[in-house]
Amino acid sequence: MNAIDTVAWFVYLLSAVMFVIGLHFMNSPKTARRGNQISAVGMVIAVIMAFVHLVATGFRSNIAIILLLLGIAIGAVAGVVSAKKVKMTDMPQLVSIFNTVGGGAAALVALNDILTPAKAPGLVVLITAGLGVVIGSVTFTGSLVAAGKLQGVKFLRKLTLPGKGMLNVLFIVLTIASFVMLCVQPGQRLLWAVLTTVFALVYGLVFVIPIGGADMPVVISVLNACTGTAVAMSGLAIDNVALIVAGALVGAAGVTLSILMAQAMNRPLHSVLAGGFGGAANASAATDGPEGTMKETTADDVAVQLVYAQKVIFVPGFGLAQAQAQRELADLGELLKEHGVEVSYAIHPVAGRMPGHMNVLLAEANVPYDELVDLDDINPQFPSANVALVVGANDVTNPAARRPGTPVSGMPILDVDQAQHVVVMKRGRGRGYAGIENELYFEDNTQMLFGDAKAGLQAVIAAVKELLA
Amino acid sequence: MNPLVVSITLFVLALLIGVEVIGKVPATLHTPLMSGANSIHGIVIVGVVIVAAQANSPLAYVFVFLAAVLGTMNVVGGYVVTDRMLEMFKSSKPAKSADTADTHEEAGK
Repeated sequence: MNAIDTVAWFVYLLSAVMFVIGLHFMNSPKTARRGNQISAVGMVIAVIMAFVHLVATGFRSNIAIILLLLGIAIGAVAGVVSAKKVKMTDMPQLVSIFNTVGGGAAALVALNDILTPAKAPGLVVLITAGLGVVIGSVTFTGSLVAAGKLQGVKFLRKLTLPGKGMLNVLFIVLTIASFVMLCVQPGQRLLWAVLTTVFALVYGLVFVIPIGGADMPVVISVLNACTGTAVAMSGLAIDNVALIVAGALVGAAGVTLSILMAQAMNRPLHSVLAGGFGGAANASAATDGPEGTMKETTADDVAVQLVYAQKVIFVPGFGLAQAQAQRELADLGELLKEHGVEVSYAIHPVAGRMPGHMNVLLAEANVPYDELVDLDDINPQFPSANVALVVGANDVTNPAARRPGTPVSGMPILDVDQAQHVVVMKRGRGRGYAGIENELYFEDNTQMLFGDAKAGLQAVIAAVKELLA
Repeated sequence: MNPLVVSITLFVLALLIGVEVIGKVPATLHTPLMSGANSIHGIVIVGVVIVAAQANSPLAYVFVFLAAVLGTMNVVGGYVVTDRMLEMFKSSKPAKSADTADTHEEAGK
């Protein structure tokens, strides 16, 4: 190793350390922003080092450098514009799009390592770069489909694939076969590399298309882990410490988050990735409905309950975000707090469209993060709450989860039914994602307020204001 | 020692650090965490720069250009949007005023 390489190695190591420290600071909302900034500085240092190294050791073609700079300029503008413009409710799609481009870039770097050297690279490069191509390509198309599904693209919603998973198996086999051929027949590397890329790209499509829209957050997280691994593989191929460590960190993050999410949804990771909710669950639900009737209430009545309560717990769910009613809920909370009511927000781990998404949506509506309480901490508080106001959350409040034998059995739920009074704001009488009736709605202490969450909350706010005036 | 052996060792150790660090992040921050981790894999842009130094064929030019666009979009967009999210997280306690009081004190000294 000559001097410049040694310096570069240590600078890349410094960047890697800053990524770890940055992620470490994410352990509290107080320090998280600084953590992200430290990580960004680490990134800038690594990129500057790469350019210094490039200038110091020389390059082979001016055209390549001009194209590199042009590409960076275009990418930077595209990145900043999309990051500044995106609505917080659309965050999962954007993360998925960034994942798409990251996976694509990793695949291209790896592909370049295999194809452009004049003579065939050694086995080590073929294996690591080959893995980079495979994983990067799968992530590229997979994340693109995931983003499309989250965006609600109609074409993707209707699309079903024939063969019940046989296509999955077929393209896995084809991808692996061409990858193996690439390693044993480096003379034909153009053919095998192109086939590997194409098959992996198609596999990404057939892997994600059958998976339901509600499972997309888990898929995004898994694909995020894949991109990280692809980057690490590219790093092994070009022997760069920054790529290896950063890629491994992201890989670990993706896997850890995927497992946490699957646990919160009460489904093993492999069943989420295999696609589709089992038909059996729906069948058993039809015969096994809870008894009793739902009691409807009015906005005025809800306002009275809230104003005379000492402690109110809000339970926001996906429906709240769909109705874009975060700000109304926050306003109602603010109003009640001014009146002396204790208000907190119960956040289920999978509320929203990706883990922690509800927290971001409520943060945008200026709800302080210390009023957002995790499942484990809020559940003991429900019995002492006078009113629990459920807005657009369904399955995560279903007491049936405590009994065995239902599709939601074993799923961690918010103990909303233990509050003295429960008010559920819901668009219609439809069932939740799990396809079963929510027993909570039939409890004696539960009242339903049907209608759009935004309009409903506005009506409640108006009624509360009238009472307090 | 074979550099690949060292690299694989690094990879495995970094995986372990990742699991350890990520496990401590509260659920509140999982969305920014995912987005932040997402921007870190934009490090692939360093790989693009390194590859660009060796590029001298039309095929390689195409790879470099496309990878530069995609990789930069990943890294720049990722950090900007994560910062935008984290900026919104505020405590109900008046932490801001305490901070400014501190700096005033220090300025006084």
